[in-house]
Amino acid sequence: MVDKDISEKKAKYLQEQHLVDFIVPIISIIAGLIVGAIFMLIIGAEPIKAYIVLWNSSFGSLRGFGEMLVNTVPLIFTGLAVAFGFKIGLFNIGGDGQFLVSYLAAAYIGYMFQLPMYIHLPFALIAGMIAGGIWGGIAGYLKAKLGIHEVITTIMFNYIALYLVGYLAGGPLKAEGLLPATPKIFDTAKLPRFVPTMRIHYGIFLALAVAVLIYYILWKTTFGYEVRATGQNPDAAQFGGINVARNMVLAMFISGALAGLAGTTQALGLEYRAYQPFGFVGYGFTGIAVALVGKGHPGGVVLGALLFGVLSRGAMMMQSMVGVPKEVIEIIQAIIIMFIASEYIFKYLARKWRERKGGVADAS
Amino acid sequence: MLANLTALLSTTLRMATPLILAALGGMFSERSGVINIALEGIMLIGAFTAMAGSYFFSPWIGVLGAVIVGMIIAAAHALVSISFRADQIVSGTAINIFAAGITGFLLRLIFGDAGQSPSVQDVGTWKIPFIKNIPVIGGVFGEQIPFVYIALILVAVSYWILFKTPFGLRIRSVGEHPAAADSVGINVIGMRYIAVIMSGFFAGLAGASLSIGLLDLFVKNMSSGRGFIALAAMIFGRWTPHGAMLAALLFGFADALQMLAQTIGLTFVPRQFLLMAPYILTILALTGVIGRSTPPAADGEPYIKEEV
Repeated sequence: MVDKDISEKKAKYLQEQHLVDFIVPIISIIAGLIVGAIFMLIIGAEPIKAYIVLWNSSFGSLRGFGEMLVNTVPLIFTGLAVAFGFKIGLFNIGGDGQFLVSYLAAAYIGYMFQLPMYIHLPFALIAGMIAGGIWGGIAGYLKAKLGIHEVITTIMFNYIALYLVGYLAGGPLKAEGLLPATPKIFDTAKLPRFVPTMRIHYGIFLALAVAVLIYYILWKTTFGYEVRATGQNPDAAQFGGINVARNMVLAMFISGALAGLAGTTQALGLEYRAYQPFGFVGYGFTGIAVALVGKGHPGGVVLGALLFGVLSRGAMMMQSMVGVPKEVIEIIQAIIIMFIASEYIFKYLARKWRERKGGVADAS
Repeated sequence: MLANLTALLSTTLRMATPLILAALGGMFSERSGVINIALEGIMLIGAFTAMAGSYFFSPWIGVLGAVIVGMIIAAAHALVSISFRADQIVSGTAINIFAAGITGFLLRLIFGDAGQSPSVQDVGTWKIPFIKNIPVIGGVFGEQIPFVYIALILVAVSYWILFKTPFGLRIRSVGEHPAAADSVGINVIGMRYIAVIMSGFFAGLAGASLSIGLLDLFVKNMSSGRGFIALAAMIFGRWTPHGAMLAALLFGFADALQMLAQTIGLTFVPRQFLLMAPYILTILALTGVIGRSTPPAADGEPYIKEEV
């Protein structure tokens, strides 16, 4: 009887958790859009018109759809990077730095070597992944060996990457001429485009494949099990014979490699060279929002990346067509993150509401 | 030579000022157990508010506005991360994104320009009699923007608050061992709220020092990582006011070297190396290569009172 009670309660709890996982992101997105609308009303713009423009900018034409996907590719990678870190209980906010080192590394391999495509392209992709992986792995190592908070190290490594890549792309690796960028990569290292006259490239399929791979690693392999167990309770995992330190380093390497793929595909699929950065593009930080919206699940991450891909694509159009400053998108994004992060308050309110409805009997 | 030295030290002090102020803010927050990476965003909003205050009213009203708005934004961080128990890093990240959005939005709205505001009245400089006439020292300390003196005074005040008052002891105790603090009747949640709101005061002031101290206008995303350098200075200075100040001065020195590289003939060092120095030094400090920094024990952990 007791066993049945517990299993019933557990099932109910899990069901509730799944419900929360779906409902909280949706409420948060709606809240973000409402706050965005309020800002638009304040400046005298028409929110409904603006949101129609936002929608049409991605779904109104094939070209728009392709451009939206171009925005989505890096966000799938950085979202997966943050989500993978979350699973082992680490917060990788170094996505922007990992993006940059990989961006440069991939471009470097792209223009330094002349190889057949079937060697050159994988070589450049792997080099980019390894660069980002090392950048993230160092933070994992410092966490595992010395207990230094990964948030601090990944922030520091972001700026080290910014200036290092700035120095290399504007100095030793700079192409001749005025442009502060590396030379162009060879065609054999390019991620091909699959619709003529559009910028969308095979990176989108790579991103989807990697999302499936990450799902497989996390839920179908021993390593994935260990990662999740460590994330749930590191002490118990250690006690159960899991090598927590090794897994942390490996997980941060993978997380860094994932964020690195964002930079790699940017160089090989879109820009065909590495420009000297003047600041962060912000894919790493948006990746945090993507992972939160996706509740850390690879499938959710893909949906989250699409959402933010649509928002960033629509931002420019809203500005030029309805006169809404494009920064309103950042405000919406921040509100969405805040709401999802405050999940506790949703659960708390839900419990209160149920207690009132169910009376005292259910309160225990 | 002497003129170069004076220029270098005076620039160091000026560039260190926003870092000192924001680092003090970060210190109060983290000493109470709340990580505040929103310093970056609060500085940015502070810088905008100070500029707008000066544009519409006067520079000092701008400064006042910056600290008030800074405290309001910090209160939002406190509400979400302490009461709603959200992840402190997530909340801070959201505030940073919000700050970039709202300042860019208002800049476009009020001034119709996406890049920067028009030039406004800055707070000017303060001249210190007597000291002004001493060679080198006079050039460094004799006439500076007011924020320089305010920052140095606040370092001393913060030291006194944190280590010499019961209030400071309470802040430190809720950051080291909240359960123990709770058991002797200290209001853990309340202390954390106060500490986080204090950090907003400091970060807002730091923002004002950027827009109407160092410059006389607001530039989009002008905090450009200074909130994070301040965080680094706080860590490098081992979560103490004087340590944070020294670290900020060191980082300010690297910045000054980079700015004056042409004048003082330091062109053989790429400027990017000087710019990344603070971050590398901080990593080294954390790893124990140059003295080990250890954060407060309960830093970053939400406090959930045990049910009785």
